[in-house]
Amino acid sequence: MIVNQKFLRGKGFFRTAYYFPSITSTIAVSLVFLFLFQRSGAINQLISALLPGADVRMNWLDNADGVLHNFLGLVGIDSSPAFLADTSVMGLSLWQWLSGPSVTLFAIMILVTWTTTGTMMLIFLAGLQNIPSDIEEASRVDGATALQRFRLVTIPMMRQPLFFVLTIGLIGTWQVFDQIFVISAGGPQKTTLTPAYLIYREGFQNFSMGRATAVAFLLFTLIIVFTLVQRRILKPDRT
Amino acid sequence: MTAQLQQRRAPLEGRASVHGQSTGYRIAKRVLGYGILIFFAALFIAPFALALANSIKSRPEALASPLSLIPADPTLRAYEEMAGTDIARWTMNSVVVTVMVTLGRLVLDSLAGYALARLRFPGRAAIFALVVAVLAVPPIVLAIPRYLVLGQLGMLDTYAGLILPLAVDAFGIFLMKTFFESIPREMEEAARIDGATIFQTYWRIIMPLAAPGLIALTILSFQGSWNEFLHPLIAAPSDPDLRTLPVGLALLRGAEGQSQDFPLLLGASVLITIPVAIVFFTFQRHFIQGVTASAVKG
Repeated sequence: MIVNQKFLRGKGFFRTAYYFPSITSTIAVSLVFLFLFQRSGAINQLISALLPGADVRMNWLDNADGVLHNFLGLVGIDSSPAFLADTSVMGLSLWQWLSGPSVTLFAIMILVTWTTTGTMMLIFLAGLQNIPSDIEEASRVDGATALQRFRLVTIPMMRQPLFFVLTIGLIGTWQVFDQIFVISAGGPQKTTLTPAYLIYREGFQNFSMGRATAVAFLLFTLIIVFTLVQRRILKPDRT
Repeated sequence: MTAQLQQRRAPLEGRASVHGQSTGYRIAKRVLGYGILIFFAALFIAPFALALANSIKSRPEALASPLSLIPADPTLRAYEEMAGTDIARWTMNSVVVTVMVTLGRLVLDSLAGYALARLRFPGRAAIFALVVAVLAVPPIVLAIPRYLVLGQLGMLDTYAGLILPLAVDAFGIFLMKTFFESIPREMEEAARIDGATIFQTYWRIIMPLAAPGLIALTILSFQGSWNEFLHPLIAAPSDPDLRTLPVGLALLRGAEGQSQDFPLLLGASVLITIPVAIVFFTFQRHFIQGVTASAVKG
């Protein structure tokens, strides 16, 4: 991301290319990903083409298996040790907790990352351009190497945009809704149920408005807390 | 003293030598930089290119070879079939809602922004704090209250219900207030001395000066309301004739179940992307301003 520096030309073009996914309709983008990730779709064909001899027919979009579980499966660990399967925390066995996000959720994570990267990049870019160039020059004169400059000058100066990106990322992911609506509707086996989708399902499909508002209120409190933490951390910087 | 000077000189000499041997190194750095940039650009553009390419393939071809960018047998079937479905109706709904919401925001946000930026009245700070607070409320949390209020007012499944709740937004007010504050006060004072009323000052003096801000607001709210999904989904739950394009598309996917007509879905996605793309490429600078503004506000 920070590759977007001075010595490269054509910055405008790349900025446009990276930012474009952020402004298009989430629904349109989700439909496109639905197509790419289907069983005989582009992603599977691409993987098959890259791995010689393999014909990958991965079921991306209706797959409740954990990502970690699948990786372990590749090295032969397929079933869980008894103590993990038997201990349960909040209604799920430890094994299920540890097996990682489901494959479907993983696909949705790729999609959401893909769409929001452009926005985040713009914020970083604005932050980078706000760093006065004399600071960088001063450190250069003092003999700092590129890596030192990055670690000791750029990162501290970028604290504010970094935190901003972190918090809007956190706030945003709790609310992922459109993509889930199109791709998985919370399934398979509730593995892609986000608070936002839960609110919608309780309120508008099961028509239990009370439960839906309760979830909404919890979500709201959580987000307010995130926002307040963000403000508190960012404030001293601004003076 | 001399030691200090020497110390200072050493890095400078070092730099000079870097410059001397650097051409090959710098070219390598550049190639690597461009390589990374191009790789990511391809990653971001590829899905759109594939969507476009597959929307003009036949159904079996789109399923058999989704990766090829040039269709073996281009066909406009998907687009022709689209004309026969409700998509035309949804597009019209989207246009109506988007235009009305954008107009509403232009008028109301700029009025509110002006009042908060320039007029002195009791409770001004409190109102502004409230506006900023609303920025932090996630839309999904508002979905249920909105639905219930619209129900009470009898505005579910009406155009009014689709448009009015979106016709003012906190971010727009914030944007306009900041913008108005950047206009020099002297301009208005001159007008006031010449005997203009507050509204005349606003309309004749401020609005023309605020044109760049208004353009930014127009573009952002056009994009926002054209892509809006949650609100039309809950505000028109039972009248299929009032669906906007995003809602229609999302439900179309659901209705088709497993045997999906991907060229049609992709074609519709292309269709929904085109207006925003045109506006984006024409007014890019303003989008970027919008993001930067939201970041600066912190």
